[in-house]
Amino acid sequence: MKRTMPFPDLAIAWHPLAGELPAVHAIVSATQLVLVCRRIREEGGRLVSLWGEDRRTDGNGYRLCVMLQTSDGLLVMEQTMPSDQPAYPDLSRLFPSAARLQRAVYDLVGLRAMGGDERPWLRHSSWPADAYPLRAEAMVSATPEVPAETYRFIQVAGEGVHEIAVGPVHAGTIESGHFRFSVVGEKMLRLEERLGYKHKGIEKRFEGMTLTEGVRLAARVSGDSTIAYAWAYSMAAEALTGTRTPARALTLRALLLERERIANHLGDLGALGNDAGLAFGLTQFSRLKEDLLRVNASLWGARYPMDAIVPGGVRTDLSPDGPRQLLTSMAALEHELHVLRDIYDNHAGVQDRFMDAGCVTAELARRLGMVGLAARASGQTQDWRVDLAMPPYDGLTLEPAVHAHGDVAARVAVRFDETTASLRVCRDLLATMPQSTLCEPLGEVRAGALGIGGVEGWRGPVVVALRANVNGSIARCHPHDPSWHNWPAIEHAIIDNIVPDFPLINKSFNLSYSGHDL
Amino acid sequence: MWRMLRQIARIGLATEPPPPAAPEVQTALHGDIRRVFGRALCIRHVDAGSCNGCELEIHALSNPYYNLEGQGIRFVASPRHADALLVTGPVSRHMAEALRRTYAATPEPKLVIAVGDCGACGGVFGESYASLGRVANVIPVDVTVPGCPPSPLALLQGILSAVRQKSP
Repeated sequence: MKRTMPFPDLAIAWHPLAGELPAVHAIVSATQLVLVCRRIREEGGRLVSLWGEDRRTDGNGYRLCVMLQTSDGLLVMEQTMPSDQPAYPDLSRLFPSAARLQRAVYDLVGLRAMGGDERPWLRHSSWPADAYPLRAEAMVSATPEVPAETYRFIQVAGEGVHEIAVGPVHAGTIESGHFRFSVVGEKMLRLEERLGYKHKGIEKRFEGMTLTEGVRLAARVSGDSTIAYAWAYSMAAEALTGTRTPARALTLRALLLERERIANHLGDLGALGNDAGLAFGLTQFSRLKEDLLRVNASLWGARYPMDAIVPGGVRTDLSPDGPRQLLTSMAALEHELHVLRDIYDNHAGVQDRFMDAGCVTAELARRLGMVGLAARASGQTQDWRVDLAMPPYDGLTLEPAVHAHGDVAARVAVRFDETTASLRVCRDLLATMPQSTLCEPLGEVRAGALGIGGVEGWRGPVVVALRANVNGSIARCHPHDPSWHNWPAIEHAIIDNIVPDFPLINKSFNLSYSGHDL
Repeated sequence: MWRMLRQIARIGLATEPPPPAAPEVQTALHGDIRRVFGRALCIRHVDAGSCNGCELEIHALSNPYYNLEGQGIRFVASPRHADALLVTGPVSRHMAEALRRTYAATPEPKLVIAVGDCGACGGVFGESYASLGRVANVIPVDVTVPGCPPSPLALLQGILSAVRQKSP
């Protein structure tokens, strides 16, 4: 992170944010917000997250918070707005993925993006249009269900065009959401996603919890990324309390995060083979995933160690035999992975389905502001483990796994590459495991300040923004899933593909519904 | 092709015996499933608002270690083909109607198994402006399988006990 503050000509009072992440923060006007966003867009920077806050109770009115990533690190801007007319400039023209985030901000906090899409996004029928759950005066318990408004899908006209409506209950064991396809014959002309079905009020639920209690909820924002969320949340809590995380705890967290990445990649590689007609792939990879989960159960006491990370450190240490067990199982996994990759690569039927399916070009990925695994499969060199290089990743040699073609085959290849790389990272972490305490008590909470945390989860950057009350309880917690930036890309990826390829294409992204719907 | 065959031969059979308590349960299970449903037990999963953790363990049921289909149990794509609903999550208010309709579309006799701490009691999400809490708050539930997430063995035992409960 450069110590010079960005854009000196704009006279913005930046100050560094406390904590592990290289970030600067400023209160800005609407004009400054747009100017900074435009410049960062031109420089090739990205939108990381966007959320709203009601800070009228501590005299700060409404706030729109925007987090951006540049080559130097992160920028967080807060735009204040008057209480009687809470509005801010539409940023979706600069960052397309802002569009749905802005709609969610309106649904939850009632802050309007001027000139943006005004259709509701997360609000279906749980609360009326003039109530905003994240406002201070908002209802805490359920209001009577309001009649669901008809959602205005964009219609495609033309001879022979018809619609296929799928969901929210899907045919497989997957999360709930709705897809509206406009098709001609078997060819897909357009897909419109309708999400928000799984909205269960997570951000409201955080309010009033202690920083220590909050991690249990954070770890359940998206179950397949439980380590990423628990770590990001804990990092934010540690930033807010000036707590120094012990080095050994950071290494153990990274070990868990890499194992989470491997487990998800193995599951996806099996499912993708299956979706391409190779049931053999599912059988083989699901066996490997099960082996990994059983080692987790033996070393962390849970197949999915949802409560292993706590603010201040980690709950448990590795047993003395742990490293040996990990190394043995990883060596076996690496061998199997090699055999299976060879089989996938040389299977004509599988490659025929993978190649050129669901293509997102590098140019489109850049324009849409895609992140994480799917972005890397479309030629975008980005990975927070490398870009931000926070401990313990700063001491490791790691390259983002990038493929250029942007199709299902590329997303499969990235998963293979990353699994192999993560196995190496795990070995490096075990070889350099520092000796220290496991957990430090949290320091004093800085009320009203912003604490941010973020890590590169298996899908992409998982970010948590946290603010505390004077009594130390949570005033606002905003967890941000990388899926927000990649869901819109699927709508592009499917164009001109055939309907039967949709499950394969969708799976190759494997985005979160729960982490998005909150 | 020979690479695949060699891999299959090398790995061999991975399937393990069903849950420890189950040898007698297993033989009885086939009988119970046949008596109650007259065929293999068909399950439809419904995500009513979960964090996706329970889904991962439901997926694991189909891996070669647990080999669910070998037990005469399989997942189907429509509630109209199902004998049992495996419901995950606290029921988000946005999913309540879809869950009720899925339940209505499932033919009698039907079983409902509420999965996970959330399905059993609302879990960390509880009841709020957006969440109706446990599954039993929305549709009748026969058996709950607590856990966060419950292990595949716990899920298997939950399914078995639901079938036995329905068995005359």
